[in-house]
Amino acid sequence: MRYLIRRLLEALVVFFGISLVIYAMTYVLPGDPVAALAGDRPLAPSVVRALREQHHLDEPLLSQYGHYLAGLLHGDLGTDFNGRSVAEQMADRWPVTLKLALTAWGIEAVVGIGLGVLAGLRRGTWTDRTVLAFTIGATSVPVFVLAYTAQVVLGVKLGLFPVAGNADGWPTSYLLPALCVAAFGLASVSRLVRAEVIENLRADYARTAVAKGLSQRRVVGIHVLRNSLVPAVTYLAIDLGYLLGGTVIIEGVFNLPGIGQLLFQAIRAHAGPTVVGVSTALILIFLAASVLVDLLNSLLDPRIRHD
Amino acid sequence: MTDTAIAPPDGTAPASTSGPALDAASGARWRTLRRRPLFLLTGGCVLLLLLVAAAPGLFAGWFGHGNPTVCDLGHSAEGPAPGHPFGYDVQGCDLYANVIHGAGASLGVGLLATGCGLAVALVLGCLAGMAGRVVDSVIARITDVFLGFPFLLGAIVVLNSVTTRDVPTVAGVLALFGWPTMTRVVRASVRSVREADYVVMSRSLGASQWHIVVRHVLPNALTPVLVLASITVGGVIVAESALTFLGVGLQPPSISWGLQLAGAQNSFQTHPHLLIFPGLFLCFTVFVLITFGDIVRDALDPRGR
Repeated sequence: MRYLIRRLLEALVVFFGISLVIYAMTYVLPGDPVAALAGDRPLAPSVVRALREQHHLDEPLLSQYGHYLAGLLHGDLGTDFNGRSVAEQMADRWPVTLKLALTAWGIEAVVGIGLGVLAGLRRGTWTDRTVLAFTIGATSVPVFVLAYTAQVVLGVKLGLFPVAGNADGWPTSYLLPALCVAAFGLASVSRLVRAEVIENLRADYARTAVAKGLSQRRVVGIHVLRNSLVPAVTYLAIDLGYLLGGTVIIEGVFNLPGIGQLLFQAIRAHAGPTVVGVSTALILIFLAASVLVDLLNSLLDPRIRHD
Repeated sequence: MTDTAIAPPDGTAPASTSGPALDAASGARWRTLRRRPLFLLTGGCVLLLLLVAAAPGLFAGWFGHGNPTVCDLGHSAEGPAPGHPFGYDVQGCDLYANVIHGAGASLGVGLLATGCGLAVALVLGCLAGMAGRVVDSVIARITDVFLGFPFLLGAIVVLNSVTTRDVPTVAGVLALFGWPTMTRVVRASVRSVREADYVVMSRSLGASQWHIVVRHVLPNALTPVLVLASITVGGVIVAESALTFLGVGLQPPSISWGLQLAGAQNSFQTHPHLLIFPGLFLCFTVFVLITFGDIVRDALDPRGR
């Protein structure tokens, strides 16, 4: 319980820090946002005054930050240049991004753990080496190169997957993008699991279980696997937050109308407020996810002590 | 932060209790490392890439004129031809010369960002490890704040408000989100040697704090963070190309692989060589850097064997 409170307090500090950094980066930098709004033709003084008042631009810095923070807590992520609320624009895009992120997450978990266990159990064989080569490959190919290559080869040339868009619905339209999003995390998961399986196979308890006469299947399935999955589960939980951010490039490339695509298009259109609003939302989700993971972890694994 | 959070890729430094023993052990490790063919191979590739980045002129002229800015629109996006092994880009420039010159910006951003991050990490890590609890926890909270940003999103927010984006600015922004992991590794290593016998002895002989840090603590804390740094360079290069691709990274007239890939994205279906060659060089560089770091880490960390 004391740990819970301490962790929440820490998260609060991090939240203030992050919002302050974002605020400082976007709102305090040189340049007059109202003048920028007008473009080449100067606005009428009355309009400028009204806009400055509306956005609290003449108040002291700290009170400006206060207004920003208050808005953030009310779910106000700012408005774009056309006066539309960023949060509203995001609202109906969530399902697409969630579907993509969760599909990728599922692939990451199932395939990553599967490959890791396989490589760990058959350490030193060609299976192990193939998995290793694949994981190194997957970590060194940038996600957009992978996405375009997959799109051209698997989508256009071979016609195995839809090339872009989500007209075919889940799962057909989401499989290829999800595979691309998952590639990096999948490699990390399988490397983590492999190392853990190897270590646990050598552990005393595993030897004891073998000595007791348990079958190989039982030793691995019941004892080794359960202990080997702890770091992978932690990684997977944190990664869900990253996946939401990782969808930016993929949704842009595959033209999926989700949050990531909104950010992708906003960057291309130089729509500063939208970029900041969407990124802020994703960063805050990531923060919340990592706090949740820490708390869940300490509940699930009694070996993790906090003092 | 807490002990539940995911450990940095490097974990903690190899704990050591005595200086000379560590020196002998790490000497032996380096000797075995030098005999590993994969280490020599990746190390050689890293050196070669550094050479290409530092002196592209040596390599760019092998097949043709070697000047990335001499272009002929008449050859726009044509495939490989004699004298132009990689073909031409959309502007009709020699793609081979461009890819060779692109190494400079990509590796430059990677090294500069990692170098700045490393410098900050060494200073803050030593401070956090050696100074009292207050300094330690203040630095830990600041680290938490920056680790709270997903790398890519944080960089997007900051770069979005920067108007001129050349190698130093992009590297600076990437360094802003790259130092926290390295700081943690330095702090962990510093902690592990702080109470070592030889440090206690040095202190009891009247050595100043500065002397202890420079002569005893830093040399022992350096290896693990340098290994992490080599992996970080690869990560930064990927991040730079992704940001450039999105449109918040480097801008022309810089020549970088990210820019070449971004420029290719509308025409690669008809001209795949525009995607393949810069992409291959990018993947190869990242692969070499990550593998090099991995091999050194495995050799230094006996637990991984």
